[in-house]
This record gives sequence, C-alpha cells and structure tokens, in this order.
Amino acid sequence: MQPVGAVVPLKVDIAEKTFRSARGVSITALQDLSFEVRQGEFACLLGPSGCGKTTTLRILLGLDKDFSGSFQLPQGGSNRIAAVFQEPTLLPWRTVEQNVRLALPKSLRAKNLDGLFDTLGLAAMRSLYPAELSLGLARRAALARAFATEPAVLFLDEPFVSLDEQTAERLRHLLLTVWSARPTTALMVTHNLREALMLSDRIIVLAPRPTHVLGVFDVRLPRQHRNSQVMSDLLRSFHHRFPDVT
Amino acid sequence: MTASETDGTRDAPPSMSGRRSLATALAPALTVAVSLLGLCLLWNLAAGVWPSRAFPGPGQVWQVLLREAASGDLLYHLGVTLGRVAAAYIVAMIIGSVIGVLLGSYRRVDRFFNPWVILFLNIPALVVIVLGYIWFGLNEAAAIGAVAVNKIPNVVVTMREGARTLDPSYAEMATVYRFGRLDRIRHILLPQLQPHLAAASRSGIALIWKIVLVVELLGRSNGVGFQIHLYFQLFDVAAILAYTLAFVAVMLVIELLLVQPVERHATRWRRRPA
Ligand SMILES: Nc1ncnc2c1ncn2[C@@H]1O[C@H](COP(=O)(O)OP(=O)(O)O)[C@@H](O)[C@H]1O
Ligand SMILES: [Mg+2]
Repeated sequence: MQPVGAVVPLKVDIAEKTFRSARGVSITALQDLSFEVRQGEFACLLGPSGCGKTTTLRILLGLDKDFSGSFQLPQGGSNRIAAVFQEPTLLPWRTVEQNVRLALPKSLRAKNLDGLFDTLGLAAMRSLYPAELSLGLARRAALARAFATEPAVLFLDEPFVSLDEQTAERLRHLLLTVWSARPTTALMVTHNLREALMLSDRIIVLAPRPTHVLGVFDVRLPRQHRNSQVMSDLLRSFHHRFPDVT
Repeated sequence: MTASETDGTRDAPPSMSGRRSLATALAPALTVAVSLLGLCLLWNLAAGVWPSRAFPGPGQVWQVLLREAASGDLLYHLGVTLGRVAAAYIVAMIIGSVIGVLLGSYRRVDRFFNPWVILFLNIPALVVIVLGYIWFGLNEAAAIGAVAVNKIPNVVVTMREGARTLDPSYAEMATVYRFGRLDRIRHILLPQLQPHLAAASRSGIALIWKIVLVVELLGRSNGVGFQIHLYFQLFDVAAILAYTLAFVAVMLVIELLLVQPVERHATRWRRRPA
C-alpha cells in the first residue's frame, strides 16, 4: 500500500499578504506567517475572527497567488488537495452523489462510495439536490466530497460554523470517524478553541491581524481519551500558555 | 439558516390532490381555446360585414390551407423555413454566448467592445440582409449568416449579463478539485447561465423566424417568406394568411413541445415552492 498522504510535510512561509482596495486603502492580512504540519497530522489554525485564516487557506489552495513568500504542499501519494469551504459550495443543479463524483479524478469516478455515504449518514440522501438538505447535511456532503478524493492534504475552513451546537458536535465526531479511517494531513481553520482541542494533534495559534504565529500547542493525547475531564485540563494548560487567547 | 433547524431533510412540498391539479392544469388551456375561438368568430363576422378578396374569412383560409397541405407545398416550405430558423438560431446562440461570456468576464475587453455591440444592436435587419446578399451572393450561407448577425448582439447582451452573475465560489471549488475544461463548462458554467440562455432563446426564436421570412422574400426561391412574396404578387390574401398561420402554429408547437420541456428539465433542481 502507498503511504497515506505524503512524505514531505506541509510547509508554509508567507512573508506578506496585503489587500489593496480600489480606493488605495491597503490592509496587511498576513506578515511573516510560517508553520509546518507534519505528515498525517491533523492541525488547527486557531485565531480570532478576521485575522487572516481564510486568506491563508486561499493561498494554500492556489486561489490567491498575489502574496510574497512560499509554501510547499505534501508531495508523493495522490498529490491531490481537497477543501471543505466555509460554505458547503455544492452545485445546486447536481445531486449529492453527482457533486461528490464530479470532484473525483477520472480514475476514481466509478468508485464505490457506499461506505463513505453510510459513515456520514448520507446513504438516503444521495439522489437529493442540495436545496433539499439542511445546512448540517450539506456540510456532511461537502465532507464526503473532500474525503472521497483521497487527498494528500485536506483543508477545512470553519466547517462547523452557523450550526447549532448539537449538530456541530455530531459533525465533529463524524469528521473524526472518516478522518481516522484514512488519516490524512489536514489543516483546519477555526476560532473555536474547544473544537481545536478536541480534533487536533497540534494547534497553531495565530495573532490578530496582521497575523503571524504566536505559538504551537501540541495535543499528544489520543483523541479517544479526550473526555470532558481531560478537555478541561487541556483548556487550563492552553490558557496557561496563551493567557490572551480566548 | 436558523440555529434551531434540525439536521434532517426539509419538509417535502405538500402534494396536491389529483383532481385539483387536473383542473388547474386544464383551466389555462380552456381559456386559451375560448379566447382563440372568440378571435375566429370576430374575424368571421368582420369578413362577413366587408366581403372582399383582400379580407377572406377563416373558412376560406382554412380551404387554402387544406389545398396547400394536400399538394405537399405547405410542408415543403414550412420545412425549409424551419431549417433556416434552426440553423440561424444555433449559429447565433453559440457565437453570441461565447462573445457575451467573454465580455462579461473581462471588464477591459467589455469596455473596448461595448461600442461595437451598441452599433450592431442598432443596425436595421434589412441592411444586414442586403449587405449579406451583396457581399456573399444570393446563397444559403449568406441568408443564414445575415439572420444570425441580426440576432447575435441581442444574445451577447443577455449572456454578458449572465456572465456577470457567475458565482466565483463554484469556479474556485472546480479549481481546487481540478475539474477538466469540459466538466467546468457542463457542470459549472452552463447551469449558472441557464436562465440567461433560456431568455436569449425565447426572444431569439421569436426574432429569428420573422427575419428569416424577410431573408427568403429578398433572396431565396423557397420557404414561407418566398411563398408569401409569391401570393402577394398574385394578391392572394387567403394564401398569405394560410402560410402565416401555419408557421405561427409550428413555432407555438415547438415552444410547447421543445422549449418548455427542455427548460423544465434544466431547472428540475430548483425547489418547488411549498
Ligand atoms: N478580498 C479582500 N479584499 C480586501 N480585504 C480583504 C479581502 N479578503 C479579506 N480581507 C481582509 O483580510 C482580513 C482577513 O480576512 P479573512 O482571512 O477572511 O479572516 P478570517 O480569519 O476570519 O478567515 C480581514 O480583515 C478582511 O477584511
Ligand atoms: Mg474566514
């Protein structure tokens, strides 16, 4: 079997990213932002709203090329990337299953998706159109699309915002289930500390804009042991190290 | 989206009872039939009040229609005209859509070419047709080309509007997941442009078939336009009306049996109002 993910870790070294508006106002979103995600690791970028997290992901996804600096994506393996955007971004004119299959490379188009749809609780929704889904289900479909491609690296941009807490919690567990079935180098953006502590191997803590890395918080404990007692211990030690981060 | 919404499918739209849906489906058709019947009666009445060769009643027109149909002429000329309408429509839609999407996507290109679009929008159809025949000869390609050129600026304007409403997040998703060029066109571009394609199609067919008649009158030796010209010289108003009504009927049938079903299929994913 091919090693899952890649041999080279994700390396980011962005010197600067500045937005210039039409009226000449410029906003520097990122300055000297550098971090690494190790092979097969689930990392979180944690930072306050508006600090430049989405901007960072857009650069890594190749959607924004106007920045100075460099980055290196994991190579080897499939060298595909996958993204779960802040909005589900499903094509409204295609069914859930078509949405997932369209994202697959030609060689995987016909692959069996039963297991993935079952795990995500979408088995009965494969032939529905996105408008017939609740936001929670649409987010699951977006997760299905990302995982179906068997990517070398997975980017997630606050995939659980604007959901009620109960639905968000269920989705976090689903994410862990599909991720654990095939651990992929993953970088998830969030401003929710509890979510980051629950899901990640390492948390990359970002400063407010112009953002850079404040520090890295490693969570070495296996996820299945992170019960509520452990979580409050983790929270306490996180606050101890980063007293200004909420 | 409210936070209280549960993580399940939304309610299905309430299904109407069979009888009521049948009645609601028939009512508009019935109205149309009664309305057309009323027009025929009025026509018949007027033709009775002023009997003249220049104003035949519906009965006479019907007789001519049957005669022309029996001889095979009607079908032949309808077919020829329909072929020209289809060819000009396809050419105009393809060229107009490509130009329109380009202009809608690139602001600078649009600024440069916009005066051209306005110029072509305002050139009378007749001028294009006459110039087409002069420059390219009295042939089929010149005829169809002239009709298409008349329609292209309209398509350009509609499709440019459509391209401006494209949602970049779908294109970005396609970039991340490395969609091929064809997949992008089929699954990202065309579905978003569909309402504008439909609008351009509708106004397109209506405009094109009227211009095709003029093109046939000026430089072709078959088709409905040619026949109307012929019967104009013979002062046979009944035949003129017979051909006109037959062609209008054909265009309506196409609208009903082709355009509307295609549109329904293309918009099947939109949620029916509950
Ligand atoms: N296209 C843009 N033009 C100008 N400013 C932008 C643009 N996109 C983002 N910004 C600014 O950059 C900063 C970071 O935005 P973003 O990366 O979306 O933050 P977040 O961490 O909440 O995802 C914000 O202050 C935002 O106003
Ligand atoms: Mg964001």
